[in-house]
Amino acid sequence: MKNRLLWPLIALGALLVLNLVFTPSFFTLRMQDGHLYGGLVDVLKNGAPTLLIALGMTLVIATRGIDLSVGAVAAIAGAVTCVHIGGSGSAGTAFAGMALALVLCAVLGLWNGFLVAGLGIQPIIATLVLMTAGRGIAMLVTEGQIVTVNNSAYRQVGAGFVVLPTAILISLLVLGLVALATRKTALGMLIEAVGVNPQASRLAGVRTRTIIWTVYVFAAVCAGIAGLMISSNVSAADANNAGLWIEMDAILAVVIGGTSLAGGRYSLTGTLLGALIIQTLTTTVYTIGVAPEVTLVFKAVVVIAVCLVQAPKARAAFSFRKVAVS
Amino acid sequence: MTESPPPVVEMRGISLAFPGVKALQEVDFRLFPGEVHALMGENGAGKSTLIKTLTGVHRPDAGQVALAGEEVAFSSPGEAQHAGISTVYQEVNLCANLTVAENILLGREPRRFGGIDFPAMRRRAAEVLARIGVHVDPASSLGEHPIAVQQLVAIARAIAVDCRVLVLDEPTSSLDAGEVAELFRIMRVLRDEGVAILFVSHFLDQVYEISDRMTVLRNGALVGEHLTADVDRRTLIAQMIGRDLGALEAIEDAAEQRTSHGPVLLQAEGLGRRGAIEPFDLDVRAGEVVGLAGLLGSGRTELARLLFGADRADSGRLLVDGRQLKLRGPRSAIAAGIAFSSEDRKGEGLVADLSIRDNLVLAMQAARGWTRPLPRRTKDQLVEKYLKALDIRPANPDALVRTLSGGNQQKVLLARWLVTEPRLLILDEPTRGIDVGAKAQIQQLVTTLAAEGTAVLFISAELEEVVRIADRIVVLRDRRKIAELDGSTGIDEVVELIAGGAAPEKVVS
Repeated sequence: MKNRLLWPLIALGALLVLNLVFTPSFFTLRMQDGHLYGGLVDVLKNGAPTLLIALGMTLVIATRGIDLSVGAVAAIAGAVTCVHIGGSGSAGTAFAGMALALVLCAVLGLWNGFLVAGLGIQPIIATLVLMTAGRGIAMLVTEGQIVTVNNSAYRQVGAGFVVLPTAILISLLVLGLVALATRKTALGMLIEAVGVNPQASRLAGVRTRTIIWTVYVFAAVCAGIAGLMISSNVSAADANNAGLWIEMDAILAVVIGGTSLAGGRYSLTGTLLGALIIQTLTTTVYTIGVAPEVTLVFKAVVVIAVCLVQAPKARAAFSFRKVAVS
Repeated sequence: MTESPPPVVEMRGISLAFPGVKALQEVDFRLFPGEVHALMGENGAGKSTLIKTLTGVHRPDAGQVALAGEEVAFSSPGEAQHAGISTVYQEVNLCANLTVAENILLGREPRRFGGIDFPAMRRRAAEVLARIGVHVDPASSLGEHPIAVQQLVAIARAIAVDCRVLVLDEPTSSLDAGEVAELFRIMRVLRDEGVAILFVSHFLDQVYEISDRMTVLRNGALVGEHLTADVDRRTLIAQMIGRDLGALEAIEDAAEQRTSHGPVLLQAEGLGRRGAIEPFDLDVRAGEVVGLAGLLGSGRTELARLLFGADRADSGRLLVDGRQLKLRGPRSAIAAGIAFSSEDRKGEGLVADLSIRDNLVLAMQAARGWTRPLPRRTKDQLVEKYLKALDIRPANPDALVRTLSGGNQQKVLLARWLVTEPRLLILDEPTRGIDVGAKAQIQQLVTTLAAEGTAVLFISAELEEVVRIADRIVVLRDRRKIAELDGSTGIDEVVELIAGGAAPEKVVS
């Protein structure tokens, strides 16, 4: 277990050191008006939506599935809330809007679960439906406009502070809850059993369908919360661009964290590390001044490197000399 | 059948070893034009390996293969096919999304102006189909047709080239009686055209119906070559399972007499599923070991799966304690106290990447639901108890099940069900592929469980084992329950029934 997390930890450390070299003040934290600021805080805050979505994705992937629709679901959540809030400044309206959005996200998760567990459609295809249709739904909700709101209660979710940015607190809270819900109950073990061998799990009496259904609903709700954060941060709902490609970052975070796309054993801590690596990488691109035209290539190289050091085959190839000596 | 024409295929002294296994040892094999030749043997006897050596998948370590008198050494199935040896495998290896004509002529499409000449292709396909009397629209897509028709299309594909030898590897395993008859009709047509057909099937009735000659393999060695008409079923079975009849008769019936059984626990009345097992009646009493005997494909596993709800029955009913039980799936069976340990340990039994502990408690935890996790202490006690009781090694609850030996994996699977304290334990091939020591331990365990009042349904390909352990033996043949015998029945009588002699149905109370 520890061994699996070693390489992501090293990668994260290396990236942070790289930042420190280029920006000596990167690790400096300062308090201002009771708010904590600093490079590390920024990484955590900007990475919060990806972390949330990656948490949901981790459980989905553990059941041998994948959820491509999370970005679109995030956009829908922001759209529904902003349209509900409209011109209102009241906290009540903001909370009602958010509750409405999350319930709707849960329903979208039920839909994904229905396609995968109920109809037996391959997850990548089943969630592709909502990935494409979801943006359309968000567009319908916002009537094709970028809906801006001015609501201080809503702004708290993505841009607010309780010493630390609220977004960090929310995402860590969800991480803690998921860890409790899966490791203190039998849910985690049953999810892994379904992921490793669905057939054997069914014959052992596991409710495989219900479990698959549950993880898709959970992933959609996580995506909803992330969508609220994204939209709240800018006090606007952008149906086209909110959460665009975030499903790819989330999947990447899960994989970097050591959870296999083939399903089975998963690691929430690994996913946390993966999400942090991705966000740090994005930050690094800015701080060390990588030219915009090579940004994507730079990211790709780092990601490939991280994935390679985790692959048993690649590691065996690298450690060839060690083997020869011993 | 006359032996005047020279054999079209002659294999001499074929040996082939895989790491740790001698798959074939100096096997001779002859195939004559215009005959249907059955290749017989139990699982692992070397049938598939011999076929693959003939069709160029494997290169033999020693020995020669001659085709029409000329020595050949195929290095790929493509070469073999080019030389006139076509193979149709058990699983249909065609593309369901292409048309029938495309499938038949895939890779050898008639061409025109650099493109495919579709009208010509359909014509050619129609000719081939007509030759074997199959009426299918060549332009329809293959996926629309039932498996049986797909199988016939696969044969059409095999004979679309100049085919001297046709290998049919278990072509009938997913066909029903009518479809088998159709297949046999086509086989006869081809045979009469002079094609040599090599046929593998586990169904003895079919072998006797269609084949002219047979070769029997056991443990990678040649046991005998016979004209089908010359060898009766008992002799054949004895050759396949490796005991001559004298030895069979000499085996003492060592079944322990557990004279007093409890009340009837489970009753199946006319339970059946089309294509899997024909409707059967079965009673199982508490504390009784019922053995299921039959060859591979006789419906042993299918019967067990119906009782467990792993497959849904389409006829009949199941009663537990005299009350009808609606099986909606394994969960309802487990709730009624039925446990099923699958023959496919890796595929349907264990969760290989989880620990021994997680595998042991999986069924119990699943029954409790995820919200009520087993307390850590209870779990540890259970795990410790069963690690010790079944002598599972390594006795480390955190070891991944994947890393265990076959015998220990089997014990973990057994323990998973014992934890749930089932009233009826269905064991499908619990001793297959495990060493002698573990085998004896598992047999001992079954006896102990029965003495404690658990009913056990024991399925094994090893007849000896079934006869020794069971109080009552249910004999299956060709997906039908054909007899129920007292546990004191001798092996040879069971063999006779399995072989399909005309023994009358005999029910012992």
